[in-house]
Amino acid sequence: MSELYKLGIEEAAKGLEKGDFSSVELTRAIIDRVHEHDGEIGAYLTFDEEGALAAAKVADVIRSGKNAASSSQALLGIPVAIKDLINVRGQPCTCGSKILKGYVSPYDATVIKNLKAAGAVCAGRVNMDEFAMGSSTENSALGRTVNPYDTSRVPGGSSGGSAAAVGGDLAIAALGTDTGGSIRQPASFCNCVGLKPSYGRVSRFGVTAFASSLDQVGPMTKNVTDAALLLQGLAGHDEMDGTTPDIPVPDYAKALEGATLKGVKLGLPKEYFIDGLDPEVKAITDAAVKTCADAGAEIVDVSLPHTEYAMAVYYIVAPAEASANLARFDGVRYGHRSDKSDNVFNLYARSRAEGFGPEVKRRIIMGTYVLSSGYYDAYYGRALKVRTLIRRDFEEVFKKVDALIAPVAPTAAFKIGEVQDPLTMYLNDLFTIPGSLAGNCSVSIPAGFTASAHLPVGVQFIADAFCEDKLLRIGKAFEDIVPPVRG
Amino acid sequence: MENPAIDVAYVAELARLELTDEEKSVFQPQLENIVKYVEKISSVDVDGVPPTLHGHAVVNALREDVVRPSMDREEALANAPDRTGDEFLLPKIVEGAES
Repeated sequence: MSELYKLGIEEAAKGLEKGDFSSVELTRAIIDRVHEHDGEIGAYLTFDEEGALAAAKVADVIRSGKNAASSSQALLGIPVAIKDLINVRGQPCTCGSKILKGYVSPYDATVIKNLKAAGAVCAGRVNMDEFAMGSSTENSALGRTVNPYDTSRVPGGSSGGSAAAVGGDLAIAALGTDTGGSIRQPASFCNCVGLKPSYGRVSRFGVTAFASSLDQVGPMTKNVTDAALLLQGLAGHDEMDGTTPDIPVPDYAKALEGATLKGVKLGLPKEYFIDGLDPEVKAITDAAVKTCADAGAEIVDVSLPHTEYAMAVYYIVAPAEASANLARFDGVRYGHRSDKSDNVFNLYARSRAEGFGPEVKRRIIMGTYVLSSGYYDAYYGRALKVRTLIRRDFEEVFKKVDALIAPVAPTAAFKIGEVQDPLTMYLNDLFTIPGSLAGNCSVSIPAGFTASAHLPVGVQFIADAFCEDKLLRIGKAFEDIVPPVRG
Repeated sequence: MENPAIDVAYVAELARLELTDEEKSVFQPQLENIVKYVEKISSVDVDGVPPTLHGHAVVNALREDVVRPSMDREEALANAPDRTGDEFLLPKIVEGAES
């Protein structure tokens, strides 16, 4: 029963079902592991140990009362690390920001309500770039998270705590959020599977909003099957989030049965293989493409001609929405309030000045600018139209192929402090942003390690909206050939 | 886009965000760079192209207008920086008014 922390969801659920160990023992193993190793990694911001063990005990009691195994039990008694912008009643929810220090959530997000109903243990809260703005978790105001594969390097971001926890075996699985790549890029950096569901597949009610036309919650796990099991617990219509259509949720685990790449048409978008792509990452991506071809996939050269404009569109649309969403942090109802204010304007301006970090301030200013009188049409209005062209690019290629195969990020994990210029940092999301703008689903799956520094690198599969079952099936077939190598 | 030079101090005021002089001088060139980068969309022909506002088009998510319990008042006030009785307490808004 040692090293239970190494397990993923599927393995842990099997062990629980067979009675090899209890959820309390599994949860205790994670807590002990966090005590021993998280001082170095810094994945977690807080961990309600008492609450975790109490929830685990309840799960054990429920399990003892059940007879036959069913897929709905897959999450029963499984500890899941929660990105610190998802509200869990009674727990802190800082969003990695000083402005929410001391805040205690008065309610559960819908995804948490769903996970709790499935019996998952949601007690550990993991670090992130402040308000999910960043690609390295260096923008967290509350703690430093390092890459478990090389502690001199970043875990990626913004879901860097989630990725470091799963990649460093400090969690069985985690929830992340992805606006422009915040699940997929850290998953690639930390050797995890990271799935960004289609826009609308998972409710965002109770998830602190960054850019509302893009944000999605998704699983970060040790393998593709776990991603399917966790997504099952998250997906579906929620009347508290009007962007979740009432489209039936497939049985994702079942979709993985007999997964094969034979006859699958995979598009190779030429715009994703550019000069800025690191040669080692390119080599791993090329090898992944060859693996798929050897397994019977048909590789089709495709073009998404408006890809080069995606990052520009994103850095107009996302800050614009963020500037509106973050207006709620004004020092009035919750969060930090400056004690140096003598009128209401100063109360807003100083509370925000003291509470927000530099990247959040930059994006609020950028967003306010592109929405301001005289600039709205040229920037925001025009960006929305270019976004349509980007979406149409995907619609066209998905008429020809089942999915796309592409790199996740231009490089493997970089050194802490290495990237200082904001615009250079933004380039991390070059290959993840287009799919986010189009609203489709995509997944990062471990594909290999760089030869020079032995850093993990993922490969990205992208499928049409609400085709997570197809996407996961392709991912599973790939993973069966290239099994995950744990650190 | 005749005047791409963003006035950081002015925009920060619009955003109700107080900046130090140091922040202004750091952000000014950084944001000019970002604005210059996003300018590249000006070369795209968008004549007749409709805007995309969301990842996919859901319109009018309606439900029955039924009164339901909402958050408990004490819970809603629990995170308040300052309160008086059942209300959030703020500095006075109207100059010269009794507070």
